[in-house]
Amino acid sequence: MTRAFYLFLAAAALTGPALAQDTEDPATVAHEMRERQMQLFAYNLGPLGGMARGDIAFDGETAALHAGNIASLASVDFSPYWVEGSSNEELEDSRALPAIWENLEDVEQKRLNLVEAAQALEAAAGEGPEAFGAAFRNVGQACGGCHEDYREPDED
Amino acid sequence: MRLLAVSTSAAVAAGVVLWWGLTRPAPLAAEALAGLEGDPARGENVFNAAGCASCHTAEDAEEDGPPVLAGGRRFPSPFGTFVAPNISPHQVVGVGGWSDVELVSAIMLGVSPEGSHYFPAFPYASYGKAEMQDVVDLVSYLRTLPESDRPSEAHEVGFPFNIRRNLGLWKILFVQNDWVIGGELSAEEERGRYLAEALAHCGECHTPRNALGGFERDRWMAGAPFPAGDGRVPNITPAELSWSHGDLVEYFTSGFTPDFDTAGGAMAEVVRTLAKLPEADRAAIASYVKALPPAE
Ligand code: HEC
Ligand code: HEC
Ligand code: HEC
Repeated sequence: MTRAFYLFLAAAALTGPALAQDTEDPATVAHEMRERQMQLFAYNLGPLGGMARGDIAFDGETAALHAGNIASLASVDFSPYWVEGSSNEELEDSRALPAIWENLEDVEQKRLNLVEAAQALEAAAGEGPEAFGAAFRNVGQACGGCHEDYREPDED
Repeated sequence: MRLLAVSTSAAVAAGVVLWWGLTRPAPLAAEALAGLEGDPARGENVFNAAGCASCHTAEDAEEDGPPVLAGGRRFPSPFGTFVAPNISPHQVVGVGGWSDVELVSAIMLGVSPEGSHYFPAFPYASYGKAEMQDVVDLVSYLRTLPESDRPSEAHEVGFPFNIRRNLGLWKILFVQNDWVIGGELSAEEERGRYLAEALAHCGECHTPRNALGGFERDRWMAGAPFPAGDGRVPNITPAELSWSHGDLVEYFTSGFTPDFDTAGGAMAEVVRTLAKLPEADRAAIASYVKALPPAE
């Protein structure tokens, strides 16, 4: 085996996923990436929700860390997610409503609302469980605020 | 032959008299509120539990500050499209000029000041189970809210459903003032039942209806097609929903589901008002939901 062959393998490993994506329809990819973005939110909410409910002991440092992660995750530019043709009317499994594409400015505002609510949660985490609970509720409203207007309700 | 004709017309006449009598809207007597004094601060809580703002604020209303009950939201149904009226305290286009007893009759009996029946898109069939004191408190709170001069719009409902008099029959058939969930309940479950069945009208969305729009009480909260539009409202009895008491309280507080998705569609609006209730009331509603008999 030559060094060149290993290089070839490494290159293939790196470009493989990208190539696979290229062959997929961009609307499908955007929909999948949206889901991953949302799942990253949900993952970071786990410990926060446990504390809000009192299932796990409140710990300001851990709470601030996860709230900060949500703020950072929400700070990315969402515009690449809104690929034309990826609404629930055009793509199977998508729950993104066509209203998104008619109100892109408002969709952006909803993202900014989340950044603000998550930053406030990060700050409140240092102030104790009461302040944390109230700020956590606002994060729920920020997530829900976008879903309410721009995501198809659950089918089951 | 003549005898038959006479008796037939007598039967028809008797039928008409019976229909007229049965369907006559009966408002509350003025004395019904004697001795009751409204407390607007308590009334605000009743207002939030009852979700009046979900229907009576305009679609694009500001979320901060006291609600402006300007009306204008549209509610499509199999019977036509209803438009929520202005119930702000405006003297002319709102309900500012109504007496307390007129407002209580509208909310609890579905009878207007002119003496006609309201359509059940207005959930008075639930509110009729509320404590009179709570409704008097609610009315005193309504009077503190800002006025809106937006005129109410007509409903778009065709024959025969537009005959309000016929709603009298609907009321006789389907308005029942007993609790759906009976039996032994703890004090907390009873409070939850009061909030859920009388004020928060959960059943209006979560319970399936028969062809005439009456509840299928033996399938209470077993899920139904969404009353206004596409989609389904989920079954929240233990037959389908396995969330813990804590999961439910969290959902009613922040809107988060156990896997950190959020309440969507019409439920997001419901959660917004439930979130304003005292924590103990959300816990009570959760206890009631846990106590529901399983239904498919
Ligand atoms: C700017 C709008 C917006 C915001 C803010 C937002 N979401 Fe979403 N969310 C969506 C849309 C649109 C979808 C549907 C995506 C699709 O089906 O392509 C979605 C889908 C989801 C899903 C389902 C994912 C899946 O795998 O099916 C979850 C869970 C979710 N969001 C959680 C959250 C949480 C938690 C937050 C707040 C921390 C949040 N979302 C904030 C727009 C938003
Ligand atoms: C599910 C939506 C909904 C909810 C919740 C709701 N209403 Fe209504 N309301 C309506 C509709 C629709 C009408 C019109 C009924 C009709 O014309 O037959 C109405 C009519 C009324 C009227 C009569 C107004 C008039 O001009 O004749 C009053 C008063 C009223 N509502 C008060 C309330 C109060 C107070 C609450 C909360 C306790 C409430 N409503 C909750 C939908 C709703
Ligand atoms: C205006 C209609 C409406 C009313 C009133 C309403 N709900 Fe809902 N509810 C819904 C809809 C629609 C959903 C589905 C939400 C979604 O798709 O995210 C839902 C979801 C839920 C869920 C989550 C179930 C699941 O499997 O995801 C629970 C629990 C619930 N409602 C309880 C209640 C309770 C308790 C009340 C009364 C306090 C109530 N609802 C009043 C429409 C309503």
